[in-house]
Amino acid sequence: MSIQTSVAGTSAKSTSMLQAVFAAALGLFIVGFVGFSHAEAVHNAAHDTRHANAFPCH
Amino acid sequence: MFRSIVFSAVVVGIVSGIAVSLMQMVGTTPLILSAETYESAGSAGHDHAQAAAAPVAVPPATEKAVPHVHAAGTAPHEHADGHGQEAHDHGGHDHGDGWAPADGLERLSYTAAANILTAIGYALVLCGLLSVAIQGGLAKTIDWRTGLFFGLAGFSSVMLAPMVGLPPELPGSPAGDLGARQIWWLSTAFATALGIALLAFRRDGFSAVAAIALIAAPHVIGAPLPPDGEHALAPLGLERQFIVAATLTSLVFWALLGSLSGLLMKRFEAAR
Repeated sequence: MSIQTSVAGTSAKSTSMLQAVFAAALGLFIVGFVGFSHAEAVHNAAHDTRHANAFPCH
Repeated sequence: MFRSIVFSAVVVGIVSGIAVSLMQMVGTTPLILSAETYESAGSAGHDHAQAAAAPVAVPPATEKAVPHVHAAGTAPHEHADGHGQEAHDHGGHDHGDGWAPADGLERLSYTAAANILTAIGYALVLCGLLSVAIQGGLAKTIDWRTGLFFGLAGFSSVMLAPMVGLPPELPGSPAGDLGARQIWWLSTAFATALGIALLAFRRDGFSAVAAIALIAAPHVIGAPLPPDGEHALAPLGLERQFIVAATLTSLVFWALLGSLSGLLMKRFEAAR
């Protein structure tokens, strides 16, 4: 019984950890899209943001 | 957990994104617009030089169009070559025929939207890492101050470290291959973040040495350099002002992003 509880607790904890890591990865994806996409329309729309954030541009 | 992180990050991102847009309106954006007048003048001058097809001398019109100072000994053909490269590069990228927001309100709106998206992205990373830190036992509590230090670590990783090799640039600055610069920028940001995390969370000497090596390595390898013989179209003073404005804006942005992330994540920790 106590083993079962502990296993359930560990898995809930690792799921929660995984969700936090996934949130961070999603954030990196968004920054990558806005700041690093080579699509011309994205570049032109985010142009001033890219320059101000010192993302490589042009 | 995922939903509370996303909710925090969206709130933090909207607030910080709007704040950074307001700072840019008085800081970096006027400098970018001013640099673009030199840039378009430079491109026009280049076309003229090519039409003349004379590598020996720069037509006087070019000198008028691009009001920058030359060293007395600079060979005129070098100048013409430089502009040839510069204008060629731009033709393929930002000044192509593709869609771009119209100057004025439309451009400001797109910039603000891009700022808010970037801020939400960075806030997701910060809130996610704060959550990892508290769950992994690396941080005892989350509050605005924990968040502030995470934010300053972010500022160091994505602003200070990359700008050693690739300073914030105004439009019309010569630069190396875009793909190579992006890879160097991303590697530098990751290596620096990892180094700072090692310094913050590990107490042994080996980790400290590894951390310093990680932070130094990208600069030992070196950022992709701009091609020889090219120079920025905008005056050096404008470039310097831009670097200062961009760095200060980023400092305030990260301080705000970090402390707000800490504050909101604390609420969720308390509620759980």
